[in-house]
Amino acid sequence: MHFERLRHQIVLHLDLPLVGLLSLLLLVSVGTVYSASEASLERLFAHLTNIAVAFIALILASQIPPQRLLQFTPLVYGGGVLLLVGVALFGEVVNGARRWLDLGVTRIQPSELMRIAVPLMLAWYLHQRQESLRPLDYAVAIGLLLLPVVLIYRQPDLGTAVLITASGFFVLYLGGLSWRVLASVAVLAVIAAPFAWHFLHDYQRRRILTLLDPFADPLGDGYHIIQSTIAVGSGGVTGKGWMDGTQTHLDFLPERSTDFIFAVYAEEFGLIGSLLLLLLYAAIVYRGLTLAARAPTLYGRLVAAALVLTFFTYAFVNMGMVSGILPVVGVPLPLVSYGGTSMVTVLFGFGIVMSVATHKRLVKT
Amino acid sequence: MPVLRYVTPEESMRLYRRRLEIAGYLALALLLLLCVRLVWLQVIQYEHYHTLAENNRIALIPAPPTRGAIYDRNGVVLASNDATFTLEITPHKVGDITGVLTQLSALVELTPADIRRFKRRLAESKGFESVILRTHLTDAEVARLAVNRYRFPGVEVRARQFRQYPYAAVMAHVVGYLGRISQQDKQQLEIEGSAANYRGTEYIGKAGVEARYERWLHGRTGVEKVEIDSSGRAVRILSRTPPAPGYSIYLHLDAGLQQLATEVFGNYRGALVALDPRNGGVLALVSKPSFDPNLFLDSIDRSTWALLNHPQERPLINRALRGVYPPGSTIKPFMALAGLELGLITPDDSIVDVGYFSLPGSSHRYRDWKRDGHGVVDLKRSIAVSCDTYYYRLAHQMGIEQMHRFLSQFGFGRKTGVDLDGELAGLVPNPEWKRRRFNQPWWPGETIIAGIGQGYMLATPMQLAVATMALANDGVVYQPQLLRAWQDPVTGRMHYAAPRILGRIPLKPENLEVVKQAMVEVTLPGGTAAAAGAGALYAFAGKTGTAQVIGIKQGERYDERRIAAQHRDHALFIAFAPADAPRIAVAVMVENGGSGSGTAAPIARKVIDYWLLGKRPDQTAPIVVPEDEEREDSGLVLEPSESAVSLDESRHAF
Repeated sequence: MHFERLRHQIVLHLDLPLVGLLSLLLLVSVGTVYSASEASLERLFAHLTNIAVAFIALILASQIPPQRLLQFTPLVYGGGVLLLVGVALFGEVVNGARRWLDLGVTRIQPSELMRIAVPLMLAWYLHQRQESLRPLDYAVAIGLLLLPVVLIYRQPDLGTAVLITASGFFVLYLGGLSWRVLASVAVLAVIAAPFAWHFLHDYQRRRILTLLDPFADPLGDGYHIIQSTIAVGSGGVTGKGWMDGTQTHLDFLPERSTDFIFAVYAEEFGLIGSLLLLLLYAAIVYRGLTLAARAPTLYGRLVAAALVLTFFTYAFVNMGMVSGILPVVGVPLPLVSYGGTSMVTVLFGFGIVMSVATHKRLVKT
Repeated sequence: MPVLRYVTPEESMRLYRRRLEIAGYLALALLLLLCVRLVWLQVIQYEHYHTLAENNRIALIPAPPTRGAIYDRNGVVLASNDATFTLEITPHKVGDITGVLTQLSALVELTPADIRRFKRRLAESKGFESVILRTHLTDAEVARLAVNRYRFPGVEVRARQFRQYPYAAVMAHVVGYLGRISQQDKQQLEIEGSAANYRGTEYIGKAGVEARYERWLHGRTGVEKVEIDSSGRAVRILSRTPPAPGYSIYLHLDAGLQQLATEVFGNYRGALVALDPRNGGVLALVSKPSFDPNLFLDSIDRSTWALLNHPQERPLINRALRGVYPPGSTIKPFMALAGLELGLITPDDSIVDVGYFSLPGSSHRYRDWKRDGHGVVDLKRSIAVSCDTYYYRLAHQMGIEQMHRFLSQFGFGRKTGVDLDGELAGLVPNPEWKRRRFNQPWWPGETIIAGIGQGYMLATPMQLAVATMALANDGVVYQPQLLRAWQDPVTGRMHYAAPRILGRIPLKPENLEVVKQAMVEVTLPGGTAAAAGAGALYAFAGKTGTAQVIGIKQGERYDERRIAAQHRDHALFIAFAPADAPRIAVAVMVENGGSGSGTAAPIARKVIDYWLLGKRPDQTAPIVVPEDEEREDSGLVLEPSESAVSLDESRHAF
């Protein structure tokens, strides 16, 4: 029955437990963004609109049959890389970085698209080669990963480049890249680190040095991290209460509704709130990985798990940065920070996760 | 490189699941790392970050209290606060100060003196402090500045309070003055633990009552707890502890009497102290020359400073407390009393004064001031005519030790404990002191001249007044006290300072009577101060004194006209009246005044006339004094209150 079929798709292609967990996280987000924006209704409505749009993206993504996604993957990836090249050639410079491309109709940031396109592409490639995987295949896959990463790194956008590398790495790792290669990459990374230092921009070096000693420049580079650790620490066990964070409301905390929103949350809800938030992230990751394991195809499994692990990586990097154990990189807290692009990208990713996990019978193995 | 073998879907699935599990555990480990970090920040380091957050957001702005006023016994203002609008400039916010000054002078009147003072203050200031350019702006000037405010960033109109001393030089040595808190003051406040109470306060009592009662006058500094944002702007007031204004202080001093005493003192250098013999209250305290305490609120320029430190004039020295002089003949009533009390003489014993005294077996002559002697002299006459020979002889009989003991009882040789700082103790010599000081034995001749208040003995005018007071009130030594009462500005309640008795000298009434009568005879015809005592409407007891400034050689005559002004004798006079029920005791000391009878006694007379009769010297008839119950009251004015005890616990009480 047509009606039955429709309902069947909507309900089943959405994993209700995961939808529930994501909704809880979005609820936290709404409350925290409201507080961080000084109870601005305008900001609240914009945020709710973003969430609505992102939820539609989630629902749409979950409706896409994985094999259709598989078909379109090279196209999406290829298009993305072209756009990145376009950015490199014609991109607009904003804040010293060339990240945006003006398409005449709208401005887009192609690196956002690559956050999803890269794991899709690597999964697609490994999926194609799953019958006879050779070391050369991994080399090709690494090439597919490095092409957009280098382009993004040169924008420069080190944060995104690193995180996209991570998402690609998750695919390769789950796809069976041998431990020996993984270990040698790790060793190489350690050896290369001092050399890499030379390739870093001044501001990137400063961010890393700042992490080691924020008080070297308390009103300059160290300011963000000092104020955010003060916010987190002064929250104590129980927090200062919703809308009562002094660091937040007296304007000490920078970028408080975007990258540093976790500081707002931790200040107002304390350790208890923070641990609950971590638990919520853990639950989402657990549920997401469970769904990934359920996917019937290698492509589905790799895509879903990589997206979930990337989601986790973003969350960890952001909270690690806010609490002062990682250098400042411009990464929002997924699904909590204010910002439409990230919201849509992440929920679209979860839509794909649900899609590959729920479209079992429609895929032949 | 080994070619990877064919992987079955099952194998692929197992590998995938294993790796997924590893990734899951890794994620869990990272989450736990975050948990540890959060526990570290929010639990273990909580206090630290809590403090940092509070420091971030809270600024404490001190609200300095209004300083208590100082009044005389009748509520006449001696020191008050004058609220005024000032024009101030914060140097570091102003680029071209000269240009701004030029522009400002179009809006407000700026005299060259204002500019000069400003430049001086500017040189002394730190760049971020606002520096006063003009005080006492008129309303019109304030309005003009307000309208043009936008043109002058860093230029401000502020309301400030300035201390004012309406009596200026007349009260300078009593009331003292305020000055900017110095580094030393800061250290002292630190030691007292009251540094916090002085945040926001710029001035502190430096001398006089202002210094002595600093703690009461200052009040308690309030504080505004203000929440500030990251740019330092006050967002809202969290709490406000209003400042508690300082206590008002009422002195025993009578402004009218003080004013008059200052006037009648003329241009002499010296001091006058008037005490109330019924309680030790200081009715007048004059030290000449004086200075204008209002000068000290501002920075003093070089030429004024030079004047204030003139080596002979030394106007900053409070001669009433820090001037030590030989008491001269004013010691004689005390010597006579000592002789009577010790049974060395009787009132009726008399001597024949031939003009000098010699120790047995010595040819050295201790000369009487009257070359030919006074003839037959008994005790009363010895005081009335101030016979030196009588006292040379008495001193010889008494010996220095007994003299030392007896005089010490009257407060000589020891600080009187008056509530002003810097008092000197004077000196009543004895052989032990001389051995300590000069490592020399005591010569008998030194005892002889000590009998007429010469030699080593030194007393301050305050000590003379205290001794005179003790004589007047039959042996009660009160601690002289300026503080009469203090008033809580909030409740309006008056607390009265209790009189303090330092000691009671056991004296026989009949002996006292004789000495007092003798002192009255001083001002009667035939006495040394007969001229000054002429026509007194009350029993006027006094004693003249003249203290040598330079030694007169044996056989040489003192001739005032031949001696430079600064080498003339000091003139002294002690007095109390009415002799039968004394209400005032006075000591006058005129440096280089010549003679006690000619210079010092008339000053005392005028002061006592004013006090007892309300008569000013330029008036023929007594003026009507406003009804003042204290003057008529017999010592019940001061109700000792419990708080009086705590007022000055730092000083010893007898």
